[in-house]
Amino acid sequence: MIEIVDVSKTYGTGNRALRDVNITIGDGEFVFIMGRSGSGKTTLLRLLIKEEEPTSGDVIVNDIMLQKMRRRHIPRYRRTLGIVFQDFRLLNDRNVFENVAFAQRVVGVPLRTIRESVPEMLKLVGLSSKYKAMPQHLSGGEQQRVAIARALINQPEVLLADEPTGNLDHQNAVEIMKLLLDINQMGTTVVVVTHSQEIVEQIGGRVITMDRGRVISDEIKNRSGHED
Amino acid sequence: MRISVFWYCLKQGIKNICRNIWFSLASIATISACVFLFCLFFSIITNIQFMIKNMESTVGITVLFEEGLSETDILALGAAIGGRSEVKEMVYVSPQEAWESFRTDYFAGHEDLAEGFAQDNPLAGSASYEIHLYDIASQDQLVAYLQGLEGVRQVNYSNTIAAGFAGFNRMVGILSLVITGVLLLVAMFLIGNTISVTAAFRKQESQIMRLIGATNYMIRAPFLVEGLLIGLIGAGIPLAGIYVLYTRSISYLAERFQILSGILMFLPMEAIFPSMLVVAMCLGVGIGFFGSFFTIRKYLRV
Repeated sequence: MIEIVDVSKTYGTGNRALRDVNITIGDGEFVFIMGRSGSGKTTLLRLLIKEEEPTSGDVIVNDIMLQKMRRRHIPRYRRTLGIVFQDFRLLNDRNVFENVAFAQRVVGVPLRTIRESVPEMLKLVGLSSKYKAMPQHLSGGEQQRVAIARALINQPEVLLADEPTGNLDHQNAVEIMKLLLDINQMGTTVVVVTHSQEIVEQIGGRVITMDRGRVISDEIKNRSGHED
Repeated sequence: MRISVFWYCLKQGIKNICRNIWFSLASIATISACVFLFCLFFSIITNIQFMIKNMESTVGITVLFEEGLSETDILALGAAIGGRSEVKEMVYVSPQEAWESFRTDYFAGHEDLAEGFAQDNPLAGSASYEIHLYDIASQDQLVAYLQGLEGVRQVNYSNTIAAGFAGFNRMVGILSLVITGVLLLVAMFLIGNTISVTAAFRKQESQIMRLIGATNYMIRAPFLVEGLLIGLIGAGIPLAGIYVLYTRSISYLAERFQILSGILMFLPMEAIFPSMLVVAMCLGVGIGFFGSFFTIRKYLRV
């Protein structure tokens, strides 16, 4: 469970990115965090991955208060999260298999396990046949699938996606969102940060809308875009 | 550490070196120069020390006494000299022993010619002490003392060689420290540059690693391996060079300057190489490791 309690964040420049934000996300939920640029949604994500510290308030993930977490425990905490970025952040000098395997290699997973788990993950994201391809030879949608496979390979409890469809055409964007929904169906909590109204309306579900650092709405929308 | 993690770090370290091959080569060259000069000075200093030790056991001071001085007085002076801290050992050569030695050396094969002196020792006034020192550097001090003693006629010693060697050794020691120190700093700076360029190349990878949950150790390890490998190669090349150069130089000098074989006695390579290998490897690997360690702490926020 993710609990964000009375969280405010002011950067050194004086920019108030978050103001008294309160959000609770249950285990296995699929949540959109929506808002325009500068609304504070990316800052919220950075707090969850402990890239930033809140100025006030508490961020609690799976009963762990992140502010009280010691530095040496941060890597272990981050292994419980999967992170997907708008710009994919793949390693261009490594093929698809190696990019996905990378996430396991750097946390010390044995090679035998990697050889078994990576093909399974590539199968899940529909890239089994392209395991040898280099990222630059893949379409944007395929690259994002590789990034999702990499984020999921260590079986995280929560998947955080920062504008995962931002660099994709509509059709690829919908396919990626369907893949994220499938992952959510398997029990992973999924938090998607987006500014795309179109995608949110097409997929539906819980949508938290932010504006100028505040949560202005938290509602369930059905596929047509109407509130339940 | 898992074996797969070890191989991963090693592979990434090698990749880093290849990625910035020119920077890596520059670092290797500087470390090589540093280690080469160190090995060169190490060889020179070790050999000079060996020669001085040899001299201390072979070259001695001979004290001759005034004619007419009784043996009792000479032995009393000997006891005073023997009490000095510089004296390692001292041998009394009586006039009779001096004559026997002279006769053996210079009348060999013509013993009949020496028969004329049988009853009249021509070296009757040549009682002497042969003195060997602990440290040849203290020779001047002891010679001054001996020359000041009443009853001492003459003090024979090899002034120039001993003083020259001791002075030269000191100079080489200081010079080697200064040059090796300067090169060490240059090598650290260059390796720091190489690692910071690699860190810039791998910035995205390091960021991804951090977000995936890799430990600081895992993120830094490939850079440390890179530094270690550069240091290892940088030390290995000059060590091999010095091995060949030293062995050939020794045999060349031995052939070319046979006349000086009594003074120029060199240690065989086998005698100095093990200690040189250990120190040079520590130096090279130390420069590589600490150069990369401090750089990566500075440039890579993990």
